[in-house]
Amino acid sequence: MEKFTVHTGLVVPLDRANVDTDAIIPKQFLKSIKRTGYGPNCFDEWRYLDVGQPGMDNSKRPLNREFVLNQPRYRDASVLLARQNFGCGSSREHAPWALLQNGFRVVIAPSFGDIFYNNSLNNGLLVIRLPEVAVDQLFHDCAAFVGFRLTVDLDLQEVRTTDDRWIAKFDIDPSRRERLLNGWDDISLTLNHRDAIGAFEARHFAAQPWLA
Amino acid sequence: MAGRTLYDKLFDAHVVRTESDGTALLYIDRHLVHEVTSPQAFEGLKLAGRQPWRKASMIAVPDHNTPTTPGFKTILDPVSRTQVDTLDANAREQGLVYFPVGDIRRGIVHVIGPEQGATLPGMTVVCGDSHTSTHGAFAALAFGIGTSEVEHVMATQCLPQKRSRSLLVRCDGRLPTGVTAKDLVLAIIGKIGTAGGTGYAMEFGGEAVRSLSMEGRMTLCNMAIEAGARAGMVAYDEVTEAYVKGRPFAPKTTEQWDAATKYWRTLKSDDDATFDHTVVIDASALTPYVTWGTSPEMVVPVEGRVPDPDREKDSVKREGIARALAYMGLTPNTPVSEIKIDKVFIGSCTNSRIEDLRAAAAVVKGRRRADNVKLAMVVPGSGLVKAQAEQEGLDKIFLAAGFEWREPGCSMCLAMNDDRLEPGERCASTSNRNFEGRQGAGGRTHLVSPAMAAAAGIAGHFVDVRRLG
Repeated sequence: MEKFTVHTGLVVPLDRANVDTDAIIPKQFLKSIKRTGYGPNCFDEWRYLDVGQPGMDNSKRPLNREFVLNQPRYRDASVLLARQNFGCGSSREHAPWALLQNGFRVVIAPSFGDIFYNNSLNNGLLVIRLPEVAVDQLFHDCAAFVGFRLTVDLDLQEVRTTDDRWIAKFDIDPSRRERLLNGWDDISLTLNHRDAIGAFEARHFAAQPWLA
Repeated sequence: MAGRTLYDKLFDAHVVRTESDGTALLYIDRHLVHEVTSPQAFEGLKLAGRQPWRKASMIAVPDHNTPTTPGFKTILDPVSRTQVDTLDANAREQGLVYFPVGDIRRGIVHVIGPEQGATLPGMTVVCGDSHTSTHGAFAALAFGIGTSEVEHVMATQCLPQKRSRSLLVRCDGRLPTGVTAKDLVLAIIGKIGTAGGTGYAMEFGGEAVRSLSMEGRMTLCNMAIEAGARAGMVAYDEVTEAYVKGRPFAPKTTEQWDAATKYWRTLKSDDDATFDHTVVIDASALTPYVTWGTSPEMVVPVEGRVPDPDREKDSVKREGIARALAYMGLTPNTPVSEIKIDKVFIGSCTNSRIEDLRAAAAVVKGRRRADNVKLAMVVPGSGLVKAQAEQEGLDKIFLAAGFEWREPGCSMCLAMNDDRLEPGERCASTSNRNFEGRQGAGGRTHLVSPAMAAAAGIAGHFVDVRRLG
């Protein structure tokens, strides 16, 4: 997994609640058997005016100029600001893959779908829950200041404006934080406990032999 | 010692070890695999030179991409075919239990797990699919995972997990005739919202749940994720026992069956268990429900009207309502019964089991699909459900009514195969998600029960199935 320590980037506001993973990456792109190539189809139905299909040359498709990600002031944004319950719905990990491959490193929202939250952290996409008032403030600042940027510091567990005048602390499980800071491979960490897993399995099947 | 919830019991029984911050390494008993979320996991395993920890825990089946065309032999879409071929190759290479295209046991992963007895009470069950919550109906701890986690479970048989908070949804009274588990779960989501269960493991209890069949309980748990909860569950009882007994993967010998049922009978929340949160629903007061918007929480009784954004004070919600109405092509305050439909979809892991098909067939029997309904399709959840329905003559009832009778699969629930809505088309659907574009770009989905979908197909618009006569 890619490490995450500190990131500073342009913020783009996506002002709608309950953005589901079908919206982040529509189903037709899930037919791929690869982990890459999802970036240009991130938010496909909102981003383009036509209906996207796998294999299209996305650079030739008509853009929806109204959609916030297509506005010139938000080009190259790497921090996505969202509303409550972002990433609800389907468990598709293609959603964080698409966001990462579209250039995002951080998503900030009041709340996230549980599966999306896990999937994101498992891929080094830092998802941060901030209180609704803080998120409201950020939406306001984003609209008010062209080029509004934020610094996200995982070690200090804080989000701050680049002038340090606004700082918000965030929570993350200590074990998650450590894995992200070090870019550790989760599977290797678990396999360090292979003996404990084996011992558990023996007990488990002895108690419930119908499972073995 | 204080009483424990069902969730506590299931969780505690699978903890391999616990880290200092409370993260547990949870042992996984059953791993269900389908073609969409597994190829990258199989590839990752191979690239790292790892082997599956316990192949016997895995059951694989293609369902999302498979056509539903009667008697189909091959998948015409080359991209879909590659994905299914990849699962074929991976399952063969690893020697997994596999139900390929052409096997009568093939079907939607969340239908076949229980049908085969591969989902058993007391198990931890995972699958790279959010509707894995379905299996919680068997007093199992079942939840959807992403592809990295699929690979993690393949390689280690475990997942690092934080304990969720516990939520009891107590459904008092009995559902009135004509009101189903689907209406109950839509009412619950309408009440607590699509994020109401986020961070929780949700147990459904109360008289209304106790009196549901296993099919109904699966419908309920299936949509726990639509209320934000990764896991839904129902306590074990004699209904569970009767369903499991004799299934291919269920305990076989009398000795094992007796030992298993002795343990399974403990799989319920203790009387003195405390939940972090409790929601109470009066099931006896419910009616059939219809969603009107683009989130499952946007739901009203069939006799209601679609909302008026001007009456909403919260600005984010107001814009959400206005946006949903615009997408759905609906005018504020329209009575639900005046909404005309173009298509009917009866199927999905929510509502494609034999009981669902019987309920829909009972409504359409001796009637005809309305002229304005272009297509009404019935997609059984598995080959075995299909065979059972045909044995009961349900296929003939549907065909006589102008409904199509298809091969099993996920089909138009998410439209990864050829079954989809065209832009602007409106569908009465027994599936679980009415998100924008879910059933096809620009498509408009209204979630309902099988009986209500069938009734809409006959009337051409939504109608209270109890008034159809």
